[in-house]
Amino acid sequence: MVRLPYLTALTTLFSYGLLFAFGQLRDLFRRIVDWHNAKSKDLQGYAPICLGLEDFYTRRLYLRIQDCFGRPIASAPDAWFDVVERYSNDNNKTLHRTENISKCLNLGSYNYLGFAASDEYCTPRVVESLKRYSSSTCSVRVDGGTTKLHIELEELVARFVGKPASLVFGMGYVTNSAIIPVIMGKGGLIISDSLNHNSIVNGARGSGATVRVFQHNSPSHLEEVLREQIANGQPRTHRPWKKIIVIVEGIYSMEGELCKLPEIIAVCKKYKAYTYLDEAHSIGAVGKSGRGVCELLGVDTADVDIMMGTFTKSFGSCGGYIAASKEIIQYLKFTCPAHLYATSMSAPAVQQAISSMKVILGEDGSNRGAQKLTRIRENSNFFRSELQKMGFEVLGDNDSPVMPIMLYNPAKIPAFSRECLRQNVAVVTVAFPATPLLLARARICISASHTREDLIKGLEVISKVGDLVGIKYFPVEPEKKQPDRYTKKLE
Amino acid sequence: MASAVMNATTVALDWLSSSFDAPLARAVIFGVHVDGHLVVEVLLIVVILFLLSRKSYKHPKKPLTEKEIDELCEDWVPEPLHPPITEEMLSEPPTLESAAGTHTMIDGKEVVNFACANYLGLIGHEKLINSCASSLEKYGVGSCGPRGFYGTIDVHLDCEERISKFLGTSDSVLYSYGISTIFSVIPAFCKKGDIIVADEGVHWGVQNGLYLSRSTVVYFKHNDMASLESTLERITKGNKRAERLRRYIVVEAVYQNSGQVAPLDVIVKLKERYHFRVILDESNSFGVLGSSGRGLSEHCGVPINKIDIITSGLGGALATDGGFCTGSVRVVDHQRLSSSGYVFSASLPPYLASAAISAIDHLEENPSLLGQLRENISLLRRELEDVPGLTVSSSPLSPMVFLTLKRSTGSPKADQQLLEDITNRALKEDGVFIVTSKRSTLDRCRLPIGIRLFVSAGHTHGDILKASASLKRVAAAALSEPI
Repeated sequence: MVRLPYLTALTTLFSYGLLFAFGQLRDLFRRIVDWHNAKSKDLQGYAPICLGLEDFYTRRLYLRIQDCFGRPIASAPDAWFDVVERYSNDNNKTLHRTENISKCLNLGSYNYLGFAASDEYCTPRVVESLKRYSSSTCSVRVDGGTTKLHIELEELVARFVGKPASLVFGMGYVTNSAIIPVIMGKGGLIISDSLNHNSIVNGARGSGATVRVFQHNSPSHLEEVLREQIANGQPRTHRPWKKIIVIVEGIYSMEGELCKLPEIIAVCKKYKAYTYLDEAHSIGAVGKSGRGVCELLGVDTADVDIMMGTFTKSFGSCGGYIAASKEIIQYLKFTCPAHLYATSMSAPAVQQAISSMKVILGEDGSNRGAQKLTRIRENSNFFRSELQKMGFEVLGDNDSPVMPIMLYNPAKIPAFSRECLRQNVAVVTVAFPATPLLLARARICISASHTREDLIKGLEVISKVGDLVGIKYFPVEPEKKQPDRYTKKLE
Repeated sequence: MASAVMNATTVALDWLSSSFDAPLARAVIFGVHVDGHLVVEVLLIVVILFLLSRKSYKHPKKPLTEKEIDELCEDWVPEPLHPPITEEMLSEPPTLESAAGTHTMIDGKEVVNFACANYLGLIGHEKLINSCASSLEKYGVGSCGPRGFYGTIDVHLDCEERISKFLGTSDSVLYSYGISTIFSVIPAFCKKGDIIVADEGVHWGVQNGLYLSRSTVVYFKHNDMASLESTLERITKGNKRAERLRRYIVVEAVYQNSGQVAPLDVIVKLKERYHFRVILDESNSFGVLGSSGRGLSEHCGVPINKIDIITSGLGGALATDGGFCTGSVRVVDHQRLSSSGYVFSASLPPYLASAAISAIDHLEENPSLLGQLRENISLLRRELEDVPGLTVSSSPLSPMVFLTLKRSTGSPKADQQLLEDITNRALKEDGVFIVTSKRSTLDRCRLPIGIRLFVSAGHTHGDILKASASLKRVAAAALSEPI
């Protein structure tokens, strides 16, 4: 939960107001200058791509701090990586690459189990599969795009997640956008958490069903919404809903929180609603054996109707999967557009997912998987507790490898980011529109490949920069000394 | 009559005021001389206030009690998540056991592969494999982050520069999946209230993008320029709000659903006359059409800067995965912040980007591949002219040869069964791998389904002759049997 101090809220609003005013002033000057110069002939009669205030935020606020985003790297996104330096000649409007690189500590990539770089078990097998199956099949799954590797991966995923069958796609975003319209159509109701990811929102919109939102992670509000919606039926006609599905995520990537899964499943069962769990960030990263949020919170996987996940974060590959009952998967294979029209997943990526899953399960003959899982848990808990001791406002639950540090003020975003980069620590800062306007934050992602020294160095740098920038909102009070009269009494 | 009423009212009022004046004459309350008419006015105000404060007589609204809501919730029965599984849903596609090149292994047998869009024959090519292998050693497999958060690897930027240099545009944007390219680009540019004119035969990715954009979409008849012109005329007649409304025409270069080729020069002339912007999807024509493989614009002789937005998937001629979108600087910059498939998704794996660079390099050095491909297409079309029961309905330029039934059996399901029967027999009996086009239930395209053969520059004459002979034999056998 975010505890926003009153003074901070006021100063943040004032900063945004100032930026807005300056932006409007510059727009005014731009309009005056443009009025003098003749408009180019090509654009006569065409409406501009962005009118007026549509891209005001991009032009006047985002471009000022553009160098904090989209930093190119020149090596694998491992615990330490090479960030390419960029320069700008026109006040950050365009950025150009240089040849210089600087080695930085990586606190931003989704590399939870450390499979991002070359791995001793995975990489030889990946190269072998590349030589055998080539880089792509150039075909959709139903035509000539299904190879033995795809079948193997689907069986392995079903076994790993704990469901009877699974289906694999080449991109996690497309998985959500193409599955939800197949399952829900007009006359259905989708109830989704207010902080769900953009792919779920797009899938829900594309399905044609009615969408309602419940307060983030609050089973009581979900129950209220469900009762109201079932009693009222479809809007305007009041016919009963055809089906209701509730969509939640395992770990919310901007909050670092775990979902309150057992309570939500109980509510859904009571009201006969279906459940859809998106485990993009939690599969492979939490749980005793890495099986995700169900294992961590003790929920039986048979209670969740559809489980979705991606291979990008913990498995170092790309793509997404859906795990559900055999009949649902059969139906999806028949009609899901991503299965029928999209190129099948590239063979080396499939092999990487298979090998990393085998390492996590311990089927490669070593216990590296178990070691990685304990390391990431220890690293996350250590880092989080140290940050809280230093006085930062850190969100998220214990055991979650994602930890946002609140910044609030728009000026602190580039200050924090650039200063950390100067001291060779690469962090990710997130602002509007990915987060609410007042709640800008820096998001740390811990990896199992970070050693204790790496984490200590990261903590030192963040502490120093935090003092400079002034984001230690909750300073820890020093321990009180015992007053003398008590000691006298003991004597 | 009126004067009598007037007299009567005046008399009544006089009497009223005199009777009031009498007792209250000379009463002074709060320094205000209280006259009789003040009492009447105060009474009137009290009556008005009383009437206003009464609720109007509406049927009283009784909200549902908790018990009633409980009963409704218990009574409600949801539909199952999936409809009952039928026989046709249980069919599984064949599993490949080797690379999907021109010859591939299925079930231990070697078959000739016409089911993969490997137009330039680059699958399994040594150069591509070597560059992929070195990328894998250096960068690992995944990029572990979206483009905005350290997911931008220098090969991505190199690939974008290479593509824009190849095509002659100013910049390009790389997407991580072919199908997500078009359905992220369209909502980034088209908002609610804009007008889009699209071909009715566009594939599902485009349809989804059009639906997500919430703009007004008008479809014109498939590849019919007269229909397009009349639609444009109808929309722009009398509509003077062109200055604030954006207008787009969405077409594909080679249509996935039918193999037709869009006449780009006519479209560009129409676009300039009516002030529309063109979004062109070149998934099946990039690296295929044009004297050097630069796509439909080169083939039609249209300068590339006349087409506003060009998108393409890399899963065709370039034998990798992913997609790109290119255009003017303004177009490309806009996507870097507002295209959802770019901002909210992990970036393309770096080895696929380096494979794309090597593929483009190889194509530029060997333009003879295109001549080879064109020869193969015309040979196949010549051979397939006399297949019983099927007719070639795609354009002579299209690398995807599309065969439809000369005479439909009457029901689309039976058509599908027949075509699948033909392709299954061709695979099992003759070792020729061809496929039918399959439609999802979400697809709103109503063009006829058919059999697709993807021709590759790597196919030999023998492969093509084998395929056509097999198809003739199998079609004759399947069509002569009673269904």
